[in-house]
Amino acid sequence: MGEAEKAVIDVRNLKVEFPGRRGTVTPLSDISLSIRAGEILGVVGESGAGKSMTGLAIQGLLERPGRISGGEIWLGDRRIDTLDDRAMEQIRGREIGAIFQDPLTSLNPLFTVGSQLTETIRLHLSMGKVEARARAVQLLRDVGIPAPEERIDHYPHQFSGGMRQRVVIALALSASPKLIIADEPTTALDVSIQAQIISLLRRLCKEKQTAVMLVTHDMGVIAEAADRVAVMYAGRLIEIGPVEQVLHAPRHPYTQGLMASIPSLGARVVKLNQIDGSMPRLDAIPAGCAFNPRCVYAGSRCLRDRPELIPVGDGASACWLNAGGTA
Amino acid sequence: MTTSAQKKPALTVNGLVKTFDVSAPWLNRVIERKPRQFVQAVNDIDFTVPAGGCLSIVGESGCGKSTVARLVTGLHRASAGEIRFAPGRAGAPLSAQMIFQDPYASLNPRWRVKNIIAEPLRELKLRDTSAEVIERVEELLLTVGLSASDGEKFPHEFSGGQRQRISIARALASEPEFLVCDEPTSALDVSVQAQVLNLMRRLQDELGLTYLFISHDMSVVRHMSDRIAVMYLGRIVEEGDTEELFARPRHPYTQLLLQTIPNITAPRRDRELATGEVPSPLKPPSGCTFHPRCPIATARCSAEVPAVRALANGTRVACHLAVDEPAGA
Repeated sequence: MGEAEKAVIDVRNLKVEFPGRRGTVTPLSDISLSIRAGEILGVVGESGAGKSMTGLAIQGLLERPGRISGGEIWLGDRRIDTLDDRAMEQIRGREIGAIFQDPLTSLNPLFTVGSQLTETIRLHLSMGKVEARARAVQLLRDVGIPAPEERIDHYPHQFSGGMRQRVVIALALSASPKLIIADEPTTALDVSIQAQIISLLRRLCKEKQTAVMLVTHDMGVIAEAADRVAVMYAGRLIEIGPVEQVLHAPRHPYTQGLMASIPSLGARVVKLNQIDGSMPRLDAIPAGCAFNPRCVYAGSRCLRDRPELIPVGDGASACWLNAGGTA
Repeated sequence: MTTSAQKKPALTVNGLVKTFDVSAPWLNRVIERKPRQFVQAVNDIDFTVPAGGCLSIVGESGCGKSTVARLVTGLHRASAGEIRFAPGRAGAPLSAQMIFQDPYASLNPRWRVKNIIAEPLRELKLRDTSAEVIERVEELLLTVGLSASDGEKFPHEFSGGQRQRISIARALASEPEFLVCDEPTSALDVSVQAQVLNLMRRLQDELGLTYLFISHDMSVVRHMSDRIAVMYLGRIVEEGDTEELFARPRHPYTQLLLQTIPNITAPRRDRELATGEVPSPLKPPSGCTFHPRCPIATARCSAEVPAVRALANGTRVACHLAVDEPAGA
């Protein structure tokens, strides 16, 4: 990746392991991705593919005994995967903001929205109470909450689901982080609210030149929000590229099958395209390409050798079909 | 399937109302002088499901769509109105079964799959001997695309999609002719969702099932259904043929819903959105409940509840301002 020097976050060959009694499982291996300022990278995949874990690993929030066993994570010019817990605490919130799926559980129900916002602001930026409160009001205004001067003294339960998610976004923005990791930010919301939150995220990302990692399973959200897309399968990155290419001209058979299996809003078909089988469990990943048992193109090479990401078009795809010749 | 409107209805629902009592406990009401409080979860709705067809109910969370599913299957008692099933193949009223949203919660983790599927057979005494029960269970497992040996396993040994197949097999055990599906694929991944939707379509053709399908996903609904009813705060605001509803939505709420679906083929990345959220069902707005969010609302909308009117194309819509377009327009 030539523009790696401009990247806000640069993950190189990341590998995560969970040692257990029955051996070590590897939920993430060989993940390399980078996000530039003002860019939204969508990360998609089925549940268990490792998309949320990638976000957690970047934030240093892996649950023990899980650990990063290989690779590097660079935040700007600083390597962060080797930092201790205390140093990571300084980075979380200050330089990496987080938005989680359920806005009800990510806010403390016992404190007003304002006190949670000012606490976060004062923790990371040296500001006085009055100044922090003014900033909190401004943040609430930025995320589109009407009458922020009054709403700041309300408790989370006094907000609706969509408004609560806006507060969570304000909280993530409170210290002007360089990177925001949004893990399924719209999954708990209704469609009409989801569209509002997506357009808000997109506007804030462009205005404030923040890098955003948007983790979701919803291809529609990706299509409307992301600039580039990374597709994950069984703990590996199998395709990455600009949104138009990955969604409309996917190069990996899994992405192709995934796109074809979504019911279309345009035309109606008698039978949906389906990918038979399901994603392998982490302790039973087949040799060679992890997708080979479900792949219609799988050849002898796919059963034997694991494909690396191979550049195709403006992106890259981990499939032998793209290596020239046959699988 | 285009002639579904002429088919005999399998289910007719008239003036269905469900009110939930959400009052504070008696002592609190006395001390704090609070009145009793009721939520009108379902407010005077009518619909019919044609035999062998599929009617979908769509709407946002809290609009009452799952309550309708529970009323139809008898899990809730209706406060008013009637639910009438047409006579089935055997002459007796149709039997309805339900498929639930979460296949992780709806299967007993301590039971083997064969016992989960056999339970309705044993409870309803549909087979005489245990050999016949086992035979039927194996047949059902094969019908939903699992193997007969899977009956010995426990639910935790299956993935989400396979579990949903097990709950479909259980629902089919009593040979129902009517299935109520409450968000059957929203807990599943897209590639697995396609498998389950294809299975449900195949079963509909093979067994002549009638579906009442509840979902919030417009693309799934479009794939599955012949007719769609859109609910908003306990009322049906628009009901019509699937193609007609997608091509020419008449109610402003349906238009809003269709506009806000993320579109993969033609993403609208820089759209400006009307804000606004679903009001609390505890204090629904007066008149048309959609008027605070409606871009074309007039004074009449906030004063008068719109009646459901039938348009020339077979769509029924509850809006003062929806007009009948001349044929061919």
